[in-house]
Amino acid sequence: MNKDIVISLQHLSKSYDGKPVLDDISLDIRAGEFVTLLGPSGCGKTTTLRLIAGFLSPDGGRILLDGRDIADVPPHKRPFNTVFQRYALFPHLDVYDNIAFGLKLRRVPTDEIDKKVRKVLKMVSMTDYEDRDVESLSGGQQQRVAIARAIVNQPKVLLLDEPLAALDLKMRKDMQIELKEMHRQLGITFIYVTHDQEEALTLSDTIVVMNEGKILQVGTPTDIYNEPQNSFVADFIGESNILNGRMIEDRKVEFIGHTFECVDEGFGCDVPVDVVLRPEDIYIMNRTEGAQFSATVKSCTFKGVHYEMFVDTDNGYELMIQDYNAFAPGSTVGLLIRPGDIQVMRKERTCNSFEAEVVDSGHVRMLGMEFECPAASEFKPADKVTAEVDFDKVELVDHQEDGMLSGEVHFLLYKGNHYHLTVLTDGGDHIWVDTDDVWDKGDLVGVNFASENIRLKA
Amino acid sequence: MRVKRSTWAYPYLVFLILFVALPLLMIAVYAFRDAQTGAFTLGNFARFFSTPQDLNTFLYSIQVAIVTTLLCLVIAYPAAWILSKSDFNRSKITVMLFILPMWINMLIRTLATVALFDFLRLPLGEGALTFGMVYNFLPFMIYPIYNSLEKMDSSYIEAAQDLGATPSQVFLKVTLPLSMPGVWSGVLMVFMPTISTFAIAELLTLNKVKLFGTTIQENINNGFWNYGSALALIMLVIIGLTSLVGDEGNTRESEKGGLI
Repeated sequence: MNKDIVISLQHLSKSYDGKPVLDDISLDIRAGEFVTLLGPSGCGKTTTLRLIAGFLSPDGGRILLDGRDIADVPPHKRPFNTVFQRYALFPHLDVYDNIAFGLKLRRVPTDEIDKKVRKVLKMVSMTDYEDRDVESLSGGQQQRVAIARAIVNQPKVLLLDEPLAALDLKMRKDMQIELKEMHRQLGITFIYVTHDQEEALTLSDTIVVMNEGKILQVGTPTDIYNEPQNSFVADFIGESNILNGRMIEDRKVEFIGHTFECVDEGFGCDVPVDVVLRPEDIYIMNRTEGAQFSATVKSCTFKGVHYEMFVDTDNGYELMIQDYNAFAPGSTVGLLIRPGDIQVMRKERTCNSFEAEVVDSGHVRMLGMEFECPAASEFKPADKVTAEVDFDKVELVDHQEDGMLSGEVHFLLYKGNHYHLTVLTDGGDHIWVDTDDVWDKGDLVGVNFASENIRLKA
Repeated sequence: MRVKRSTWAYPYLVFLILFVALPLLMIAVYAFRDAQTGAFTLGNFARFFSTPQDLNTFLYSIQVAIVTTLLCLVIAYPAAWILSKSDFNRSKITVMLFILPMWINMLIRTLATVALFDFLRLPLGEGALTFGMVYNFLPFMIYPIYNSLEKMDSSYIEAAQDLGATPSQVFLKVTLPLSMPGVWSGVLMVFMPTISTFAIAELLTLNKVKLFGTTIQENINNGFWNYGSALALIMLVIIGLTSLVGDEGNTRESEKGGLI
């Protein structure tokens, strides 16, 4: 066991009311590291933090502190302190007593408490606020007191639950710098929970991207940004063009109707992949000679440091490009992508597949419903089969009642010339859909499969 | 013609004048008048302080009220605390059961208590009085405390645990102080009616124990309006003072707790 590791999460899982929130996550956290758990709301990041703090106990798995299981250690005996999202400052105590709360419990001598409280107040730039009522403080000041109250106890690990979420943008930026500086000064481990990817990139040594109770990728901010391992991470972190592609052979990938050289190997030949292009990695120029392909500029928006342009490529794909120079809408431009800037990812799936059971020669049962399916005639009733439906063969309808299944658009990706949607059905199943229509996240939709599009496999 | 919203207040104003302000004024006027001459006098108050029997009844009433309030507090706080723990009270039915006696008229409840004591062959008297008082007023203590505990943000408790507080320290240093507004509301709601009650005392002690409310009632009934008014005024002052003290305790977090 690596001695450097202060906290080790091993196969943690947790569900609320039968709904899994964390699904078998494992993670090692090194001493002194600034680790950020990043993900959209409901991804399980806060649950993970609360499990570490001890406010929840896992349904399965272990949490090791310095190699020892801390399942039986109640929160007040864990050498961690938390900065809560809504601060949770005690309203019946003033600033000084809030900060001194932990020290008084440990019966630290009064003069020492005094010294320590003054020191942390200075550290969070809140000197002279000792006697203030916490409810008279602004959000930013309460935040500082909350941080002071936690770090004054010199915890082994500081847990921060979206501590900056309630602050305005300017204040958030300032606090980010201060947090980073505090981490450097204190030298303790920070475990930070946020849904703000920019915050994660700015602050962290290590980012843990989570979604739907699973860890999708762990890496340094540059790793996560430059080499996302799947389309969710690519989409969640920064801006990106995510496209369907095909790995022709090692170092050769085809997408948007062209073949490009890349640096990726080991995918095999003629394998469907996802390709990620960061908008700032596409070279754009006025002439088309020397370019790999050409495109027409559709729109050009000034973004402060750079211009953001959307272009239509010669084969009808839309790409987002960021460049310091502006290119007029309507003009024809040449585009170039360097091999090292193409990030190729294995596709998680190439079609929908569901567990199904044959009912009779014309019907199968899957997703809690009975579907008409001519292919069922090749199987015997009660056979367990796998049903497959291509992404582009799923029909979505506006009204939930018009669909055989109803659900909600859960996640969507623009793939240059179509949308790739994840629909979460009311029964809790995922259905992936390729569509040209524009849907929004959260749209309630009905889902239909044409009977001839359901393939069955033994 | 447009009717202004303030126009709707007039009936209430008339009601308040007729049934609150005027009677209070009359109590004050009677209290400071001589029964025979009708002249201004402090004699009614002097008589109270020089009549040991009435003075003792008064002090005894305050004592009964304090004992009742304390007993209610001691019983109600743990009850409210247990109720506020969600797993025991998921459907809020348990709270309803505690509040339910409030739906029944106090006299009927008290008569039932008398019947119960008779049935169990327990003597009526001081003990029965205390029991009846606590039984009658307990819901008024439970509810405000339960309310303030229930509304309390659980993150305060987690924050305290996080900072190293054991369960008992969490209670003493966070839960209890934060529930004080509810405690104060409960104390007022119990103390104020108990100090002036007389029916419960009469029924549960077979008129053996006399409370201050009875003294007032007897005087008024026997035509001693001026003396009775003076006694009523003294009681009003005491109740007024308690609610002032309660307000003082409540100002820190006046929005929390609350009566109902």
